[in-house]
Amino acid sequence: MKINSIPFWAAAILLPACAYFLPAWGLNEYYLYVGYVVLQYVVLATAWNILGGYAGYVNFGTGAFFGVGAYAALVLFMKFNAPLPVQIAGAAAIGALLGLGAGLLTLRLKGIFFSIATIAAAIIIETFVLNWRYVGGASGMQIIRPAVPLGFETYTRMLLVVMTILAVVSIIVARFIEKSWLGRGLRAVRDAEVAAECSGVPTLKLKLLACAISGALMAAAGAPLPLYSSFIEPHSVFSLNYSVMALAMAVVGGMSSWLGPVLGAILIASSQQFAASASPELHLFIVGALLVFFVIAAPDGLVGLLQRVGRMTARMTGMQNVRPKWRS
Amino acid sequence: MLSIELLLEALVFGALVGCFYAAVSIGLSIAFGLLDVPHIAHAAFLVLAAYMTYLLGTYGFDPLVAALLILVPFFFLGAIVYRFYYEAFEKRGADTGVRGIAFFFGVAFMVQVFLSMTFGLDQRNVSAPYIGTSLGIGEMRIPWRLIVALCVAVGLTVGLRLYLLRTFQGRAIRAVAHDAWALRIIGADPVRTKQWAFGIATAATAIGGALLAIISPVEPSLDRVYIGRTFCVVVLAGLGSMSGTLAAGIILGVTESIVLTMFGASWAPAVAFGLLLLVLGIRPQGLFGR
Repeated sequence: MKINSIPFWAAAILLPACAYFLPAWGLNEYYLYVGYVVLQYVVLATAWNILGGYAGYVNFGTGAFFGVGAYAALVLFMKFNAPLPVQIAGAAAIGALLGLGAGLLTLRLKGIFFSIATIAAAIIIETFVLNWRYVGGASGMQIIRPAVPLGFETYTRMLLVVMTILAVVSIIVARFIEKSWLGRGLRAVRDAEVAAECSGVPTLKLKLLACAISGALMAAAGAPLPLYSSFIEPHSVFSLNYSVMALAMAVVGGMSSWLGPVLGAILIASSQQFAASASPELHLFIVGALLVFFVIAAPDGLVGLLQRVGRMTARMTGMQNVRPKWRS
Repeated sequence: MLSIELLLEALVFGALVGCFYAAVSIGLSIAFGLLDVPHIAHAAFLVLAAYMTYLLGTYGFDPLVAALLILVPFFFLGAIVYRFYYEAFEKRGADTGVRGIAFFFGVAFMVQVFLSMTFGLDQRNVSAPYIGTSLGIGEMRIPWRLIVALCVAVGLTVGLRLYLLRTFQGRAIRAVAHDAWALRIIGADPVRTKQWAFGIATAATAIGGALLAIISPVEPSLDRVYIGRTFCVVVLAGLGSMSGTLAAGIILGVTESIVLTMFGASWAPAVAFGLLLLVLGIRPQGLFGR
């Protein structure tokens, strides 16, 4: 383990603990809601970036994976009365399978065809859920929560800890992919797919793996939703907004490293929570505008901007070889 | 369970609605099929045009007249959007894929949110003498608005086809789609040609949008469904084929209408997307492709 990695792993262990103890220190319950939503978007944006940022395949179906995760958890809960960890694991497994299936069907397609196919898959899945009586169809489903597990006072507090763990796990996964052979292979796919294939990179296998991991994480992010809101309804769960948000967060934060989506998610999702009381529509508009602006003017996102600033200060102080911390 | 009359009616209605689908897709057929621009915002422009038609309708303009009025503004809108896209992405060359798609997605999203901010989420209707009335042929009653859609779709297809085959500009557009570099060698400006073509595509979208307002009530989130329908038609047609677009539109319309009669309306949105996935999986070059 390099010296630079120590802060990362320390934060990875400390964050869930903080999420557990924060409410005890008297933090307003409202901020727990905000924290839950922000962390949920951290998972979604990070998961999106594994396929979108590293491999260069734009997925518009984030909402579909998220919704499938939520409904998988709901069915596990209704049929088997499964506890939350089982629901999350089940949702992640189904998300991975779905990612694999969608990947097999669509990954041979390039660029925009892949993106359109993911929208198509999302709408088809939504239509199936709309017509599925068991989970309430279009009118949705009310859930009666079981008793709060031991050690927690309210559901919100427990789900905040769960979501923190999910966010940390997804960041660890993304960071591992970025630094390992997997990430190198995916970047080769992004930059020159044919050349990568010719020089022996198993492009289709890598893409399928990325698809499955990304799908599993997105579905896991949706799994706690039924317990969180105790009501679930297809239109809002499968909303295109999740896809736009995940995409915008990764682009605004920067798609080349794991830190980008995290930064983007924290910025956009927290501003959304505070703008929600004023005008949610205006916030969506600003998110769209930010997406367009960053894609044109700052293609490497906030992380790219920070790196440039870091390099400039390094040059000014004469320390050319200092690498920024987040590259650790 | 499916009587002959019901099937016949489904076929006729499907074909008519299919003409309408062709009319709303033909702009995309040029922008994406010929010019290779990942124009995901097409459906959003369609809904924008429908709202402009509605807006002009409140001042007493007939939707078809309104379509002609917004033609020129939409031509310039398209030209500007393409110029912007070119300067920001195509000119820089590498890595247009992800960022170009994200760009158009962002634009589409902004249009949708802008519409719901200005007009609200309610459905809007336009009124005209041919909306709400129908023509009786035997047992069947065919709404006039579908007949209007048929006429406009055929007119648009034939017009654009002749334009691309017979006129100098049209041939230049097909040439730039074929080989932009060759166009540059003979001294023409490919960027300007593509800009012109994108303007034409967006103007055709304006007519499609007016039809959309005639056929159904419009709401800001309608573009989501039409992303699937328009791309389905364009891919099914084979990229850039005008008459193929009309045929593909009719295929989609008939399929949708048969699914609608057999399984109910709640399955209809999945038809276009299912067909699209099927075509992409089996025959990506489309039915009438090059």
